[in-house]
Amino acid sequence: MARELLTGNAAAAWGVRLADVDYVPAFPITPQTEIIETLSGWYSDGTMKGKFVTMDSEHSMLTAAGAASATGARVFTATSSQGLLYAFEVLYSVAGWRVPLVMVNVSRALSSPITLEPDHNDILSARDCGFLQIHTETCQEVLDSVIMSYKLAEDRRVLLPVLVNLDGYYLSFTREPVEIPDADKVKDFLPQYKPDHASFHASGPMAQGLAVLGGYIYSYFKYQMHLASLNALSVHEEIAEEFYNLFGRKYGVVEEYKLDDAEYVLIMSNTFATKGKAAVEKFREIGCKVGLLRLRVVRPLPTKKIQDILKNRKGTAVIDQNISIGYGGIFYSEIAALMCNEANKPVILSFICGLGGKDISMKEFQKILDDTINASLTGNIPGTQLLYTDVEWAKMKHLLDVAGKPVI
Amino acid sequence: MQSDHTAYKRIKDISRDEFILPGTTVCAGCGGLEALRLAHKVLGNNVVFVNAAGCFTLLALFPYSPFKGSWLYTNMASAPAGAQGIRDALDILIEKKRLRPEEDLKVIVLAGDGSTYDMALSATSGAIYRNLDFYYFCYDNEAYGNTGMQMSSASPLGAKTTTSIPDEQSPMGTKFHKKDIFEIWRAHKPPYIATISPRHPVDLSEKFRRSMQFKGPKLFIALSPCPTGWLYDPSHSAKIARLAVETGIWALKEAVFGETIHTYIPSKLKPVEEYLSVQGRFSHLFVPVRQDETIKKIQDEINYYWNHTEIQK
Ligand SMILES: Cc1ncc(C[n+]2csc(CCOP(=O)(O)OP(=O)(O)O)c2C)c(N)n1
Ligand code: SF4
Repeated sequence: MARELLTGNAAAAWGVRLADVDYVPAFPITPQTEIIETLSGWYSDGTMKGKFVTMDSEHSMLTAAGAASATGARVFTATSSQGLLYAFEVLYSVAGWRVPLVMVNVSRALSSPITLEPDHNDILSARDCGFLQIHTETCQEVLDSVIMSYKLAEDRRVLLPVLVNLDGYYLSFTREPVEIPDADKVKDFLPQYKPDHASFHASGPMAQGLAVLGGYIYSYFKYQMHLASLNALSVHEEIAEEFYNLFGRKYGVVEEYKLDDAEYVLIMSNTFATKGKAAVEKFREIGCKVGLLRLRVVRPLPTKKIQDILKNRKGTAVIDQNISIGYGGIFYSEIAALMCNEANKPVILSFICGLGGKDISMKEFQKILDDTINASLTGNIPGTQLLYTDVEWAKMKHLLDVAGKPVI
Repeated sequence: MQSDHTAYKRIKDISRDEFILPGTTVCAGCGGLEALRLAHKVLGNNVVFVNAAGCFTLLALFPYSPFKGSWLYTNMASAPAGAQGIRDALDILIEKKRLRPEEDLKVIVLAGDGSTYDMALSATSGAIYRNLDFYYFCYDNEAYGNTGMQMSSASPLGAKTTTSIPDEQSPMGTKFHKKDIFEIWRAHKPPYIATISPRHPVDLSEKFRRSMQFKGPKLFIALSPCPTGWLYDPSHSAKIARLAVETGIWALKEAVFGETIHTYIPSKLKPVEEYLSVQGRFSHLFVPVRQDETIKKIQDEINYYWNHTEIQK
């Protein structure tokens, strides 16, 4: 075991190295590039055995990754933002092949307007394809999640690919002290991949991804994927327990922060949850019973777990770093839906922040809390609010003025 | 079983074993299937097809497949990338001794012209650039067949397709010239490229055999007469395939590391009219009014090709 200062990207690469991955097809996109550059170096200097190959696009990259995984190799790839979207039809293909590929997505907001900074519209656009999704908060969690994801994906009860998500910039380029587990210990936890369901070889012909005609056949296969995805919740629990016993770090499908006596719950994900936790501390100092629920395993969504946590609370604020245009926050809609039939449910408020990397300040957390307390007292629940400070608005007006555009 | 011929000289050199079982889902008289059937006899059993969306996608229809080998349906734009993944994984697993060398497979992309000439061109160029050791079999029916014969960039000048219907604006139908995919591939200088025809089985077999000596991309374009889209009786596929070669509209050739030779040179070109007039997709060139200019244009192009290309045998 070693302790090093690693960026989120480097931590992802270390996870891949320790998982003894055979094959990495790659295509660059900011802010993911550091991951593939690091892996490229390790394959070319012989640190890692197998092959790194540069592809002509993410569409090709993910096809190659899925096909190699279907052949029986342990495979990794990584992308971000427009790259994930460019590979979109392949996400569905690969998930349907039921192969245990792991892919990292370094979140970055989507064009247009083009930007390099993060939010979660990229990763959440891939919610429904059949890849499991794990959203991470720290560099350590990135490394650990990559290793755990192979174990999850390769489990016979699951056999679905996994997307591990980390925030661009906030995590991809932030150095934190990270414990790098011993390679031998990781081998005990994650033995070499031995495919017994899908592999191309001469003595056992296999047809994969073949056409079906008849909705009942298609429905059968899709429902199998759904059930397998639900299995991942209990399998994740087993794996997390084993991981904890070996490495001393425990990951739940959600993270519960100061929730025991909390009357009000902030729901957040990824690195902004760290800011949320700091806000919880501040609110606790002034005697306000606030806690935080961090969404970690987002697909499958641990609905029962979230219901149990939220019922009997006074108020919940879902803070989304995404926007479903014409609706509002994506996590909000999911949380509201899963609570809709619960008897003692809290008021649920929706806030959007962090689009395109926009920061969130203590003042904004204060507003979130004030609104939530007020709604729980009055029953007046405001619609989705996009957080935007006065300073930001003043600056934006100035920019519009420079651009010669009317301010609206 | 693999054919063990050192060279294909006569029809009886071709294996009698069948590698594609009868009763498939494609149309009667499909020229593309016939070309694939012949190719498969040379390639043998240990293959994995990597398929792009098209007519042949329906060859493997759950829970049936007419192949003795393996199959992966990928996407319309990325079958060559799928081939990359499989080839690389097989190499890695064999090298790491997790797969015995006898378990190795030939990796074969199976794609129509729409995928080949249009959507997957970038993925194909990438695979050739990376010198991927694979076979690419394009059955060229000169349109998007599976979706109902829309124009692709392989549709020839003057053909009627469902998105280039002859009208006042463009009475000739397709007004663009077929992309020269052979030359596009040749510019990449892969070890082996060939055009083939289902009516020249010895030529076809010999080309597959010759290609096997090369490690790297081995690319084939099979002219694939298509009764459904070219609008003729299925019994005429063989005749039409032969006429394509005899009129010179489909040149049989190969390029080894970019050096082209023609493997068959018609002693005297038949007029292209003989080829055009037997297909419904060109009927508007003859009735109600004969479009002499277009027919001449098509003929001139053929003449130009055979007079101005350095034809080596
Ligand atoms: C991304 C995408 N766009 C469109 C289609 C619809 N599609 C299915 S088959 C096909 C035609 C393919 O044409 P071609 O490659 O020439 O093969 P053929 O159908 O002639 O066998 C199309 C457009 C698809 N499957 N995927
Ligand atoms: S439409 Fe044409 S190419 Fe497609 S299967 Fe039928 S005959 Fe063959």
